[in-house]
Amino acid sequence: MLNYILRRLLVMIPTLAAISFLIFFIIELPEGDYISNQISMLRSTGESASIGRLEFLRKEFALDRPFVERYGIWVGFWPGPNGFDGLIQGNWGWSFEYDQPVGEVVGPTLPLTVALNLATILFIYCVAFPIGIYSATHQYSVGDYTFTLIGYLGLATPNFLLALVLMYLANSLFGLTVGGIMEEHYIGEPMSGGKALSIVAHLIVPVIVIGTSGTAAMIRRLRANLLDEIYKQYVTTARSKGMRESKLLVKYPLRVALNPFIADIGNLIPSLVSGSVIVSVVLNLPTVGPVLLGALQSQDQFLAGFILLFVSILTLIGMLVSDVLLGYLDPRIRLGKEGARQ
Amino acid sequence: MNLLDVKGLSVEFHGDEGHHQVVRDVSFSVPENKCVALVGESGSGKTVISRAIMGILPAKSRITSGQILFRDNRKTGEKVDIAKLPPAGPAMRAIRGDQIAMIFQEPMVSLSPLHTIGDQISEAAKLHRFVGTKEAQELTKDMLRLVHFPEPERAIRAYPFELSGGLRQRALIAMAMICRPTLLIADEPTTALDVTIQAEILKLIKEVQAELNMTLLMITHDFGVVTNMADEVVVVYNGEIMEKGSVEDLFLTPQHPYLKALLHAVPSLSMEPDERLVPIRPIKPRAHHSDLQPSPVGKAYAFRGTPLIELEGVCKSFTFKNLRGKKRRGMTTALDNVSLTVRRGECLGIVGESGSGKTTAALAMLRAFPLTRGKISYTTEDGPRDIQGFSEKELFQYRKRAQIIFQDPFSSLNPRRTLNEILQEPLVIHRIGDSLSQGARIRELIDLVGLSPRYLRRYPHSFSGGQRQRIGIARALALNPEFLICDEPTSALDVSVQAQILNLLKDLKDELGLTYVFVSHNLAVVDYISDRVAVMCKGKVVEVGPTRQIIDNPIHPYTRALLKAVPEPSLEHKLDFSSLSGTSSSDPTQWPSPYRMRYTTVPYLVEIETDHWVCAPGMESMRDIVGLGGSHI
Repeated sequence: MLNYILRRLLVMIPTLAAISFLIFFIIELPEGDYISNQISMLRSTGESASIGRLEFLRKEFALDRPFVERYGIWVGFWPGPNGFDGLIQGNWGWSFEYDQPVGEVVGPTLPLTVALNLATILFIYCVAFPIGIYSATHQYSVGDYTFTLIGYLGLATPNFLLALVLMYLANSLFGLTVGGIMEEHYIGEPMSGGKALSIVAHLIVPVIVIGTSGTAAMIRRLRANLLDEIYKQYVTTARSKGMRESKLLVKYPLRVALNPFIADIGNLIPSLVSGSVIVSVVLNLPTVGPVLLGALQSQDQFLAGFILLFVSILTLIGMLVSDVLLGYLDPRIRLGKEGARQ
Repeated sequence: MNLLDVKGLSVEFHGDEGHHQVVRDVSFSVPENKCVALVGESGSGKTVISRAIMGILPAKSRITSGQILFRDNRKTGEKVDIAKLPPAGPAMRAIRGDQIAMIFQEPMVSLSPLHTIGDQISEAAKLHRFVGTKEAQELTKDMLRLVHFPEPERAIRAYPFELSGGLRQRALIAMAMICRPTLLIADEPTTALDVTIQAEILKLIKEVQAELNMTLLMITHDFGVVTNMADEVVVVYNGEIMEKGSVEDLFLTPQHPYLKALLHAVPSLSMEPDERLVPIRPIKPRAHHSDLQPSPVGKAYAFRGTPLIELEGVCKSFTFKNLRGKKRRGMTTALDNVSLTVRRGECLGIVGESGSGKTTAALAMLRAFPLTRGKISYTTEDGPRDIQGFSEKELFQYRKRAQIIFQDPFSSLNPRRTLNEILQEPLVIHRIGDSLSQGARIRELIDLVGLSPRYLRRYPHSFSGGQRQRIGIARALALNPEFLICDEPTSALDVSVQAQILNLLKDLKDELGLTYVFVSHNLAVVDYISDRVAVMCKGKVVEVGPTRQIIDNPIHPYTRALLKAVPEPSLEHKLDFSSLSGTSSSDPTQWPSPYRMRYTTVPYLVEIETDHWVCAPGMESMRDIVGLGGSHI
């Protein structure tokens, strides 16, 4: 197993190289770059005083070089104006818009993004599983129909709308300020018990908002998967041993129906990041989403590139986790053809 | 004393179209320590009856009336009415798996793929005997030993997908036995298995029944199994009991017309050469003598008996690949120096167990894959041609000559195409005729297989298995082929429908001058339809010859073992369980000299009598002395 994980980690290196190239290529597709845009804007308004400084910045960040060189300098295998200084060397780039290193722009948002994603995934699984199982075992019952209806509502309601409604309700009913990630007086303070609690309290609404559609989709899929399994012969075999229905359900069909969900962990992450942008804007959450949106709009290329790469890494790790879990849970995958030799 | 009394049992299914009685007023008894067989076609309700006894009826069905009285021998000796117990309640759960246990039909899907054999077998012991994990493991090993499972110590950690069908069935039997039930219900326990394994499993069930003092309720459609296992027989048709009595009475003097008809529909090895099966629901195919004759039909009759396809030293090996597609060291030889001749106008049967390479051999004749070695030549008007050397275009033309009927009529028809589209497709692909003449042709084909043109706009799901197989035959005939490969065309069908399809194939062959290669594991079926038979084992042809000679005078030890294992539906030819040799009959290294084959031995065929060849590599050296023929047929 350890061998397998190591091999997978090694394979991730070329994968990341390919992804980084694609990201850079796509970000550079629009005409010009952040600084050339600034220059032409200044020219059109007649202010040419600071153009010189911008020209200097263009040189400094090698934006005047050909595409492949720019890419090489960004990643760090091509000497830039300051020698080898790219992602590999730990330089995450410069954000023109914030006029700060990318690390400082993104840094504070990353832990929150990861925490929010993890909490949302947990929420989705914790809510979807019991409901999905109930719906499958009580097919066409009142409960099944109710959950189906709620599920469709959850799928159909835009997330930001739900966010606004919850924000209003929380404020008017409980007097909670939902926006932000913690109560204002904690901002800038060192981590303490109260601060952590405040963060958790503020996470609840965003998690529900972001997780609703995912939960609804997962309930539908778990229900369908379980329904496929419940009527299979091996379940009847187990029943004929005299097992209790509940025990039987968990041991056999649920176990088999689980596979697609474990395989899904890797795919959930990018959709959660990109899907939560609007919600983060509405709820004023300092996650990476709104930063990415701004960076893409203003062609702040190093910032956008870094965030996209970061999401890719999260996805790859998610895939690895799901593959390892699958191998652990499903002997057919673990033993592969080797086992099916007879 | 009766262990089980079923009295006036009726079971109802409620579906979208209202209620439907699938079992009507069924009464029978199962005496202690006897074997009762419940016989009928699929859909007759025999499985529903067995599920009702187990209390595992599907959710959409319920018992509407009647009693299922089961004598609780273990505790009180009093009779319990299973029909009154709530199926998921504790009282029923205590009986199920403990006192009544069941072996299911399909060993491939009856075990959970994610749990070890040991886990699944020991489960019932933990539930009913309240033993710990260690003790349950010991019990499991005992049971595996009882069913002659190789290496029980290792087997408890094996997953079902690591085991063959026969071993899985043994595991299922061990699972059912672990609590030593008083009543064992076996639902078609051997239908999915090869004949030699079937014989072993039947033997095993008999042994275990005697050893554990069990009562057996056997559900089957195979009269061969019935005569060999049952003491009493209950014949079910359409949810009602047609006839019941001792096995002797029923076979010697069948009373009910349905039972008589059923007995006539089953092919057996002891049939007269010209005897014809009588299907329960015969079909009336109508052949138009228009353009439906195969193109060289006149010649086909003229050249009857001349070689059509010749396989010379054909080898095919497959390499195991693991999930990442990397090559593994493992190689399997699917075909090992196969030399065969298919003669024009004949039906050559290829018989063997699963994994013997019989289907591979047939598919090779269609050039379904490149050969590893060897040559296959097909005789056209221009003389023999090597089909490996066909260009794309020639191969396309070859598809008009050679067609195939598939094994599984359910998955071989596109569910999203109407019957009309299915039959039209070959004509469209080969650009034959305009839509008008194609339509006429489709109606001819439909008539030919005895279906009604009214069905043309229906989709496959609205047809029964037999009807689907007829559609498959019509599709194969659409291009006027001269050569048809039938890959176990009846193995997925009921006996009564099987007779219908076999007769249809027989008639079509004579009428259209076709040549068949008929692949099957069922010797009786091959005997009924084939002129010559090739017996295959582990990718080798071990015996070839005229059907009668092979059946009456088998030479090769494998052929003999195969024939010995066929359960005959007659009381005179019962299986001789004591002489079953176990698994060694299909292991070439265990065959006696001169038939023994090492891994490197090249198969060598010897002509024993006219046209009857046997693989006996040991005789090669003696060739000059005894003056036997060469190695090629």
